[in-house]
Amino acid sequence: MYPELGQFALILALLLAVLLSVVPLVGSVTGRDTLQAYARPLSAGLFVFIAIAFGILTHAFVTDDFSVAYVANNSNSMLPWYYKFSAVWGGHEGSLLLWILMLAGWTLAVAIFSRRLPSVMIAQVLSVMGIVCVGFLLFIIMTSNPFDRMLPNVPADGADLNPLLQDFGLIIHPPMLYMGYVGFSVAFAFAIAALINGRLDAAWARWSRPWTTVAWAFLSLGIALGSWWAYYELGWGGWWFWDPVENASLLPWLSGTALMHSLAVTEKRGVFKSWTVLLAIVTFSLSLLGTFLVRSGVLTSVHAFASDPERGTFLLALLGITIVSSLALYAFRAPVVHVRARYGSLSREIFLLLNNVLLVAATLLVMVGTLYPLVLDYLDMGRLSIGEPFFNLTFSPLALAAGLLLGAGIFSRWKKTDGGWLGRKLLWPLAISVVATAAVMVTYGEFKPWAFAGCFVAIWVTVATFWDLWDKSSSRKGRLQGLKRQSRSYYGMVLGHLGLAITMAGATVASNYGIERDVRMVPGDTAVVGDYQVLFTDIGERRGQNFTAQYGSFDLSLDGQYVATLHPEKRQYLVQRNVMTEAAIDAGLFRDVFVAIGERITDDAWAIRIQYKPLVRWLWLGALFMAAGGFLAIADRRYRIRERASDRQGAEPGRRGDVAEAMS
Amino acid sequence: MRRLVALILLSMLLPLQAGADEANVQGFDSLQEEQRYRDLTSELRCPKCQNQNIADSNAPIAKDMRDRVYRMMQDGASNEDIVGALVDRFGEFVRYKPEVDRRTILLWATPAIAVGVGLLAVAGIVIRSRRRNGQKTVLTAEEQARADRLLSDKDRE
Amino acid sequence: MKRVFLFAPLVLVVVLGIVLFAGIGKDPTRLESALIGKQVPAFTLEDLDKPGKQLDAGVFRGQVSLLNVWGTWCPACRDEHDALLWLAQEQGVRIIGLNYKDNREEALVWLDRLGDPYELTIYDPRGTLGFDLGVYGAPETYVIDANGVVRYRHVGVVNEKVWKEDLEPLVNQYREDAS
Repeated sequence: MYPELGQFALILALLLAVLLSVVPLVGSVTGRDTLQAYARPLSAGLFVFIAIAFGILTHAFVTDDFSVAYVANNSNSMLPWYYKFSAVWGGHEGSLLLWILMLAGWTLAVAIFSRRLPSVMIAQVLSVMGIVCVGFLLFIIMTSNPFDRMLPNVPADGADLNPLLQDFGLIIHPPMLYMGYVGFSVAFAFAIAALINGRLDAAWARWSRPWTTVAWAFLSLGIALGSWWAYYELGWGGWWFWDPVENASLLPWLSGTALMHSLAVTEKRGVFKSWTVLLAIVTFSLSLLGTFLVRSGVLTSVHAFASDPERGTFLLALLGITIVSSLALYAFRAPVVHVRARYGSLSREIFLLLNNVLLVAATLLVMVGTLYPLVLDYLDMGRLSIGEPFFNLTFSPLALAAGLLLGAGIFSRWKKTDGGWLGRKLLWPLAISVVATAAVMVTYGEFKPWAFAGCFVAIWVTVATFWDLWDKSSSRKGRLQGLKRQSRSYYGMVLGHLGLAITMAGATVASNYGIERDVRMVPGDTAVVGDYQVLFTDIGERRGQNFTAQYGSFDLSLDGQYVATLHPEKRQYLVQRNVMTEAAIDAGLFRDVFVAIGERITDDAWAIRIQYKPLVRWLWLGALFMAAGGFLAIADRRYRIRERASDRQGAEPGRRGDVAEAMS
Repeated sequence: MRRLVALILLSMLLPLQAGADEANVQGFDSLQEEQRYRDLTSELRCPKCQNQNIADSNAPIAKDMRDRVYRMMQDGASNEDIVGALVDRFGEFVRYKPEVDRRTILLWATPAIAVGVGLLAVAGIVIRSRRRNGQKTVLTAEEQARADRLLSDKDRE
Repeated sequence: MKRVFLFAPLVLVVVLGIVLFAGIGKDPTRLESALIGKQVPAFTLEDLDKPGKQLDAGVFRGQVSLLNVWGTWCPACRDEHDALLWLAQEQGVRIIGLNYKDNREEALVWLDRLGDPYELTIYDPRGTLGFDLGVYGAPETYVIDANGVVRYRHVGVVNEKVWKEDLEPLVNQYREDAS
C-alpha cells in the first residue's frame, strides 16, 4: 500500500511544482503581490510531498519489501541495515529521487533564507526552480518510477546491492555530489530571474553569491569523496581516471569556480554582468549534461548506470529544452551596453577575468576531451579513446598557470595595481617558493620537471596567501586584533586557496614520486617498495555477513622497523557472485602504503600490488579545506545583517534603499 | 649479537633492488623495466572493458595484451613498436593518448585556442578601458574652468 | 560586444544536442576492425578435425567466406549456432570456423552434437590468430573476400536480421567482384 502512496505523493508534488512554476511567475510579471506570495508555501508543499515519497521508498528498503521492483533489484535481506538505507540511491530510479529531493530542498531553502529579497525577485527565482522540478518529476513519473511493483511474482529475496557500492563512501558521496549539482540550480534560477525582470546588477550578484559558494563547497566535497572512494575501494590505488562520469562532475566544478570568482567582480564593481549570467546558466547546464551522460549509455564508463534509450531521449529532451530556452533568453535579454568602468591592466578585475579564462579553457578542454569520441563516431570517423595521458598532458599546464596567476593576483588591487609595486611585492614570495621547492625535490630524492612545477605553484600560492594575510593583519593594536578584523569572507578565501595548494601538492607528489609494483609472492616473501619492506606472512579464508574472502596478512616495515600489519582481502559476494578486492592501506598524513591481492598465480603464489603513495591524502585534505572555506565565507556577517527598514517597506525593485545597498 | 647480525642481514636486503625484482609478476630485470611496463600498460585500453586500461583489467584479452607487451619488451622493441603492434590489431581505440593527426588536431589545440581567444578578449577589454581612461583625464577648456570655479568655491567655505 | 556573439553558446548547444541524440541507442562497445582492407594475418595452425594437418591463410583464397570465431565456453556462440547452420546449408555460404582458446575434444563433441556449419575449422587453442585478428570477445564474424582480404567484422551474435542487413550485401558484392 505504501509504495502506491509514494507514487501518489510524487504526482501531488508534480502538481504543486506546476503551480509553483506558473502562479508566482504570472504574479511577478503582472505585479500582483498575492500571486507572488504563493511561491513560499508552494515550495514548502513541494518539499513535503517529495520527502514523503523518499521516506516511503526508504521504508520499503528497510523493511525488505521486495514487491517493489527497485528494492528487489538493489537490496537483499542479508544486507546490513546501513547499506539498505544507502541502497535507496544505489540505482537509477532512487538516485533520481534523491536528486529531486535535493532540488526541492534547495528550493525550500531559498524560500526560507531570502526574506530580504524583493518579492518579485523571489517569486521568479522560485518559479524557475519549480520549472526544473516539473521537468524532473515528469521524468521520474513517466520513465523512472521507483515505486513500480513486481506483483504478483514477488521474489523471495533481492538481487543485492552491487558490492562495489557497499561502502561508507557510497553512503555520502552521491548526496554530497547531488547537493552540489542541484545547488547550482539556485544561481541558475537567479540568473534567469534577472534576465526576465531585467534587474541585473551588483545586488543580484550579492544575492546569488552565497548560494553558489555553498553549492560549490558541496560539489568539492562530493568529488573528493568520489576520488577517495575509488582509491581505497577499487583496488588499483588510482584516484582520478578522467573517466567520462568523473569528468561530468568536474565540468560544473570548474565552471562553478569561475562563476564564484566572476560573481565577486560583479558584486564589487558591477561589471562583467553578462558574462556572469552566462556562467550561471552554463554551470547548471553542465550539471544537467552530467546527469544525462551518466544515464544515457552514450559513453562507456565503469560508473554508468544501466542505460536505456527511452530514458536517454527523455533526459536529452529535458536537458535540451532547459538549456536552449535559457540560452535563448540570454541571447535576447542579456545587456550589451558597455559599462563605463575603468580597470588598469593589472587590476584585480583583470586578474579575476584571466582566472576565468583559464578555468573556462579547462572546462572546454575536459568537455571536448570527453565528447570528442562521440563527435567522431557521429561523423563516422572511427572510434577513438581519450584518456589519462591526454588529459594529464593538457590539463596540467592550465592548472599550473591558474596557480601562478593566483599567487600574483592575491596582491592585486581593485581598479588599478601599479606594475612596479606588484613586481617588487612578488620578489620575496618568489624567492622563498623557489628555495622551498628545491627543498622538496631534495627530500624526495629526484628532480622531475613536472614535480618541480607543481610543487612550486602549490608553495607559491601558500606563500602568497600567508604573505597577504600578514600584510592585511598588521594593525596598531597588535597582530591578533588585525587578524580578528578580517572578515569571514576573507578567511574563507584564504582557506579555499590554501586548499587548492594542498590538493595540487598532493596530486603532484603522489603522481611523480609514487611507486607502484606488481609482485609475485608466496607466504614468506618480502617485497621492497622505496624504503618500505612488505612481508607476506599468511593467507587464509574468512566469512563476512554476505561474502566469503581470502584474507591476507602482510607486515609492513620501514627501513627494517616494524610499522603495521595489513589485511587486504579478495571477497566473493554470495548473491551477485562478483569478486571484489579490498585493499589494505596504512594511511598517514605524509604517505600511504597500499597493498592489494591480485590474481592467484599458483596454489600458493599470488600477484600482490603494492604501492607507496606520498602525500596522497593531501588531495582530499585540500578539498576539505576548500569546502570549509566556502562554508566559512557564507557565514560572513554581511549575509546576516538584519532586515533594514528600507527592505521592509514593500518589495519593489529599484527602490532607493536597495540602490544604496547595491552601491555599498 | 643476534640482533646485530639480523640488522646487518636486513640492511643487506635493502639495496638489492634487482634481487627483489625477481619476485615481480612478470619477471623484469630492473625497476626501470618494471616502470616502463607499467607506463605502457596504463596507456593502453582494454577493448572489451568499460573504460579500463590493460594494467588494471581482469579481462582475458587484457591479459593477452599484457603478455604481448611483455614479450615485445623482452625482444627489445621500442614503445612505439609495441603500441603500434597493438593498434594494428585492435585499432586506434586501444590508445588512450590519441595520435596527433588530421582528425585530432582540433582536440589537441583546444586549450591553446580557448586560452588564446580568452587572452584576446581580455586584451581588448584592457585596451578599450585604457582608451576611455585617456579620454576622461583630458578636460576641455570650458570643463577645466568650471572645475576651477567649483574647487575654489569649496575652498572658501 | 555585439548581440550576435551572445547567440554563439546557443548554436553550440544545438549542435551538441544533435550529436548526443545521435549517440543514444548506439552500442559504445562495438569496435570496427583494424584489419579492414588488409589481408588475413599469416598463420600456421592445425585443422580441428584433422590433427597434424596444417592450415594457413591460403584457405581463404578463391571464394568469399565468413570467418566465425567461436568457443564452447561462449554461450552466445551457442545462440547463433543454428543461424550459422542455416547460412551454411540453406544459403550456401562458405563459413570457416576459428575455434578460439578452446579444448579440441570438447569442441569436436560440440560440433558433433549440434551440427557443423563450417567447411573447415581452424584450431587456435592459444588464441594467436585471434589476437592477430584483433578478436576481443566471441562471437565475432568476419567477411573475407576471395583474395583473403578482410572486408567487415560483426561483433556479436549472427542471426537472420544481421545476415540480411549487414552481411549478405557485402558477401554478394564481393562475390561479384571476384567473378
